[in-house]
Amino acid sequence: MNKTIKQGAWLFVIPVVVLVAFNALIPLMTVVNYSMQETFGDNVFFWEGLRWFEQVLNSERFHDSFVRQITFTAIILLIEVPLGIAIALCMPRKGFWVSVCLVLMALPLLIPWNVVGAMWNIFALPDIGLLGYTINAIGIEYNFTRQPFAAWFTTILMDVWHWTSLVVLLAYAGLSAIPDAYYQAAKIDGASRWAVFIWIQLPKMKRVLTIAILLRFMDSFMIYTEPFVLTGGGPGNTTTFLSIDLVKLALGQFDLGPAAAMSLIYFFIVLLICWVFYTLMMKNEQQ
Amino acid sequence: MSRWLVPTLYIVFLLLPIYWLLNMSFKTTNEILGTFALIPLEFTLDNYIKIFTDPAWYRGYINSILYVVINTVISVSFALPAAYAFSRYRFLGDKHLFFWLLTNRMAPPAVFALPFFQLYAAIDLFDTHIAVALAHCLFNIPLAVWILEGFMSGVPKQLDEMAYIDGYSFPRFFVKIFMPAVASGIGVAAFFCFMYSWVEMLLSKTLTSVAAKSIAATMTRTASTAGYELGLLAAAGALTIIPGAIVIYFVRNYIARGFSLGRV
Repeated sequence: MNKTIKQGAWLFVIPVVVLVAFNALIPLMTVVNYSMQETFGDNVFFWEGLRWFEQVLNSERFHDSFVRQITFTAIILLIEVPLGIAIALCMPRKGFWVSVCLVLMALPLLIPWNVVGAMWNIFALPDIGLLGYTINAIGIEYNFTRQPFAAWFTTILMDVWHWTSLVVLLAYAGLSAIPDAYYQAAKIDGASRWAVFIWIQLPKMKRVLTIAILLRFMDSFMIYTEPFVLTGGGPGNTTTFLSIDLVKLALGQFDLGPAAAMSLIYFFIVLLICWVFYTLMMKNEQQ
Repeated sequence: MSRWLVPTLYIVFLLLPIYWLLNMSFKTTNEILGTFALIPLEFTLDNYIKIFTDPAWYRGYINSILYVVINTVISVSFALPAAYAFSRYRFLGDKHLFFWLLTNRMAPPAVFALPFFQLYAAIDLFDTHIAVALAHCLFNIPLAVWILEGFMSGVPKQLDEMAYIDGYSFPRFFVKIFMPAVASGIGVAAFFCFMYSWVEMLLSKTLTSVAAKSIAATMTRTASTAGYELGLLAAAGALTIIPGAIVIYFVRNYIARGFSLGRV
C-alpha cells in the first residue's frame, strides 16, 4: 500500500513508545549499570569498567551453557521444522475435520509453561510416568533425573511436543494460499511429487517458514521455565541452558555484576541473529 | 484415508501427556505412588475439591486471570492507534521503531527478572496485579502492534478517504468505521495477548508474593513445600489448560496469523 508521509503520525505511536520504553529501557539501564560496577550491598558501588565482561566471556561456565544452548536450539530446529512441514503436507486442504485437527494441534501452545514442565515431569517419571514406565518396561534403562542423555532426550521431546504445532500451523497457512492452478499446471507437466514440493510448495512457504524459524529460534534461545521445572538444569549442569544459568547467577548467587554482563552479552547475541532474520523477512515481504 | 495417518499419529502424541495429567489428577496420592495404572482405580475428585475450596489455591487463578485481563485491555488499546500509524503513514524512524518494538518480544525474560523486581519495588507496585500487567506489556504490546498492523494493512485506504469526504472527524471515523472493519484483528490480538500473558510464568512469579500471587507461584510452592502431592499438582495443571482450550475455538480460523505476529 502507498503510505502517506506524515510526521504527525508520531502522536499515535507515543503511548506505545512510552509504555514499552518504561518497561524496556529502565531495566536495561539497570543492567548496564550493574554490569560495570561491583557492590557489596548497602547501595555502595565501585567502578569496574569492562572487567565483568572479560570475566564472563572467558569463563568456562558461560562457554559450556552457551554451547549447550546452541546445541539445543540447533537440534530442536532440525527436528521441528522438517517434522512440521511434513505434517502440514499430509493434512487435507479442506473440511470440518481439518479445523478440529488445527484446534487440537494448537492446544499445547496454550498451556502455561510451568505446567508443560510439570506435565512432562509426571509423564516421564521412571516409576509412575507413562513414558518413563514404558521405556523401562521394554528393557531400556531410563531415568531423566540421573542420566544426562535421558534428560536431554526428555527435554527435546518436550519441546517438540510443545512447539512443533507452531510450524505446522504456519506451514499449513502457507500451503493453503497456493492456488489450485499451480498444481494443475504441475500435473500437465508430469511433475513428480518431489518436484512439486521443491518448485511450488517450498517457494510459496518461504515467507511463513522464515517467521516460523525466527520464532522458534527466539523462543528456544530464551527457554527457561519448561526445562527448569522438568529437570532443574540437571543432572549436574547438563541441561543448564543460558536463561537457567543466568537466573542461577543473578537470583541464586546474587553475583549481580557478572550476571548483568552475561545478560547484555546474551541479549546482544539474540538481537544480532534476529536482526538477520528480520532483514530476510522484510525482503520477502517486499517481493 | 492414508493422508490422515500422520496427523492422527501426531495428535495422539500430543494428547498422551495431557491424558496422563488428567489420569493423575483423579487419583489419590497413595494410588499414584503405589501402583501403575492406565486409569484411576479409586476415582476421586478430592484434588479438584481442594483447589476449589482452599483460598490459597483458587485465589491463584483469580489473580492470574485479573492481571491477564488488565494486560490485554492495556495492550490492545495502546496498540490500536500505533498500528494504525504504522499501516497508513511513513514517518521519521518508522522502520527502526517497528524493529525496536520487535526486539522487546525477543528479550529473554530471565534478563529482565531482577531489574523488573527492583523497578516495580521502587515505584511501590510490587505484589500488585497492575505490576504484572504492565510488565507483560513488554512483549504483548509489540505483539499486538504487529498483529493489528497486519490486519489493518489489509483494509483499503479508500475507506479512510471516503469517511473523510463524508465529513467524519478522525476519532469518530476510527471508532465507528475503522474499528469494526478490523474487528477480527482486534479479537485475534486480544486473544494472543491473553494467551502470552497467561503462559508466561517467570515474570509473574518474580513480581508477586502474597496479595497478587499467580497460579504459577502457588503451584511451585506446593511442589516444594507440600512434598509429593502429585495429584493436586496435576489437577491444578489440568485446570490451567481450560481457558486456552475455550478461547481457541473462537479464533480457530486465525490461529496461524496470530502465532506468526500477523505476518501470514
